[in-house]
Amino acid sequence: MREEAQPVLEVTNLKTIFRTRGGEVHAVNSVSFDLKPGELLGVVGESGSGKSVTMMSLIGLLPSPPAEVRDGRVMFDGLDLLKCTPAQLRAVRGPGVGFIFQDPMTSLNPVFTVGYQLREPLMKHMGMTKAQAQVRAQELLELVGIPDAGRRLKDFPHQFSGGMRQRVMIAIALACDPKVLIADEPTTALDVTIQAQILELVKDLRQKLGMAIIWITHDLGVIAGIADRIMVMYGGQIVEHGTVKEVFAKPRHPYTRALLQTVPSVRGERAEKLNVIEGQPPILRAAPAACPFRDRCSLRFSACDAANPARYDVGPGHDAACFWDFDANAPRKEVTEKAHV
Amino acid sequence: MFDGGKRPLVEVEGLKMYFPITAGLFRAKVGDVKAVDDVTFTIYEGETLGLVGESGCGKSTCGRAILRLYEPTAGSVTIDGEDVLAAPPSELRAMRPKMQMVFQDPQASLNPRMTVAGIIGEPLDEHTTLTKPQKLARIYELMDKVGLNRDFANRYPHEFSGGQRQRIGIARALALNPRFIVCDEPIAALDVSIQAQVVNLLEELQDSLGLTYLFISHDLSMVRHIADRVAVMYLGRIVELATRDALYEAPLHPYTQALLSAVPEPDPNAESTRQRIILKGDVPSPANPPKGCNFCTRCPKVMDLCRSVEPEFREVAPGHFTACHLHNQTAG
Ligand SMILES: Nc1ncnc2c1ncn2[C@@H]1O[C@H](COP(=O)(O)OP(=O)(O)OP(=O)(O)O)[C@@H](O)[C@H]1O
Ligand SMILES: Nc1ncnc2c1ncn2[C@@H]1O[C@H](COP(=O)(O)OP(=O)(O)O)[C@@H](O)[C@H]1O
Ligand code: SF4
Ligand code: SF4
Ligand SMILES: [Mg+2]
Ligand SMILES: [Mg+2]
Repeated sequence: MREEAQPVLEVTNLKTIFRTRGGEVHAVNSVSFDLKPGELLGVVGESGSGKSVTMMSLIGLLPSPPAEVRDGRVMFDGLDLLKCTPAQLRAVRGPGVGFIFQDPMTSLNPVFTVGYQLREPLMKHMGMTKAQAQVRAQELLELVGIPDAGRRLKDFPHQFSGGMRQRVMIAIALACDPKVLIADEPTTALDVTIQAQILELVKDLRQKLGMAIIWITHDLGVIAGIADRIMVMYGGQIVEHGTVKEVFAKPRHPYTRALLQTVPSVRGERAEKLNVIEGQPPILRAAPAACPFRDRCSLRFSACDAANPARYDVGPGHDAACFWDFDANAPRKEVTEKAHV
Repeated sequence: MFDGGKRPLVEVEGLKMYFPITAGLFRAKVGDVKAVDDVTFTIYEGETLGLVGESGCGKSTCGRAILRLYEPTAGSVTIDGEDVLAAPPSELRAMRPKMQMVFQDPQASLNPRMTVAGIIGEPLDEHTTLTKPQKLARIYELMDKVGLNRDFANRYPHEFSGGQRQRIGIARALALNPRFIVCDEPIAALDVSIQAQVVNLLEELQDSLGLTYLFISHDLSMVRHIADRVAVMYLGRIVELATRDALYEAPLHPYTQALLSAVPEPDPNAESTRQRIILKGDVPSPANPPKGCNFCTRCPKVMDLCRSVEPEFREVAPGHFTACHLHNQTAG
């Protein structure tokens, strides 16, 4: 168990909003989580649930305006990243926190060779000479499984296939040996056979390099295969969190439960009819004063309209933001007690 | 269902769709992208045929060529007894109502300057002589069918969510009472929780209207849910075609086996013990497919023979077709 280990990253009460013409969008609402050394934390949720904004807020990657990180604390390496100057943040990105984006084409620079893009962070952050960086760049490409790496360093991003570009992105993110790697839907745009290659690669690299990883995806299957813990986001907040084993075996938030039931499988029993989560995800014009899932929840009751549920402990290292107690099959006693006061 | 009792509605034979590659000042033809290269299959009335395969393998091109949204290079397509590819323009126009398409990106496929009523009613303008009130009644009826509130008839596509936009696309496809619909990745752009809503709608419509679908997708679990039979494509060819259960429980072609084994399972216990076949490398270019079996560059079971001789697509068990030298015996 890693329970005792000091977290490498600790996020408390993060709040991020966007100012848009239609008013404020409360994209991230009081999000708190931590990341232990060497662990892989999976993050799931539908599009717009705040996964990317949360992670980009951490390391100051959001354009401001329109974004504004309104509250919170992000402790990394003894620093509060939210209080850092842009120069301090640039020094953290790369050697401290590496980032892999969903679409490699938008983050790889089309006019520079892959070799140049790999060498640059090595020379800037690791103090290598060009020759040293060249050697390391080739090693990195080999590490992520690109054949003929030495020659491919001279190629431009468009000369690689989608899967290979994603590998190049991983190689660049790994270049400075980051303590934390944040991967935002790194395989969503890839085919399953290529995704399988990348997932194998990540498992392998984790063993070799021992970094802590945050892996964002909407694919519960991917999380089941590679993550230690899972965090489920909905409406800009964390609605359930726990070890992968716990959450998949005993989901304690109606959204997680519904999600696990709607996803069909290629193996085992085949359901005649798909379970459906009716309705749409919310658009957050203000910090939610009630449960953000209530419009789509079949268990909704009076308490759900009156307040936004806190994250209640529902098992060892497992919490869920819901007023319903699935073990008692009744409203949580915190809610009923409050109602009697 | 493949049994003889069912009537073939769509028959595709030897279909090829090549896109010319040109180069130089005079755009001289230097080769072909063999997007669809000699595919043959039948879709029976009332069934859903799933068409799966990785990006760029030719699924969309196949669907479009069948509806003659492209002019295919070779082959024949018969829909409900009528020869689609040989029909002159006037006859083709008369056939159009029977065959429709639902697209992947509901955002891009709907005209942003038209109202929902305008979008759904457009095929009615083109192909029917309905009066204005008759047309509006039909539009309302279609909106009811796909679960769109009638009050939204005068709104524009951007005011809807992805799932709702896909419903608009489906209503439009249904306007002329089609028999056959090509659904090209109709759920790929949607969130997991919305995908199930759209798939259930497609299934309900199929039951109530007796529709026949070609369901194109790279989501193997969703195809297992919706399809009666499934065809697997690789690099422009169909490599395996079988009933859903046969294909998912006992796939024969090494590519199908690898594809299925690559799909992760939303279950940590199953994931820790699952056997995966990890394919090496990427899909070759369809402009320059490998000789022999086109899967030979990535196949874990490749033999010498595979690099020179192309395996024939044949029926190796009743209703189960595959193109692989490991399965050379013919059924019966
Ligand atoms: N109009 C065109 N001109 C030239 N090449 C084309 C054209 N349309 C498609 N292709 C090529 O034909 C091949 C098959 O494309 P197609 O769009 O059918 O793939 P697909 O299986 O639908 O892929 P995806 O899953 O990404 O939608 C690809 O190599 C593609 O680049
Ligand atoms: N640049 C932006 N301007 C305004 N709103 C934004 C911007 N970026 C993201 N948002 C909003 O923030 C919310 C969370 O988005 P995001 O974190 O990207 O979701 P996810 O990554 O979970 O799909 C959404 O409501 C989205 O519309
Ligand atoms: S708090 Fe209420 S509405 Fe929200 S998920 Fe729980 S039961 Fe459903
Ligand atoms: S014919 Fe040969 S290369 Fe092709 S799938 Fe079969 S075994 Fe593999
Ligand atoms: Mg995102
Ligand atoms: Mg396509």
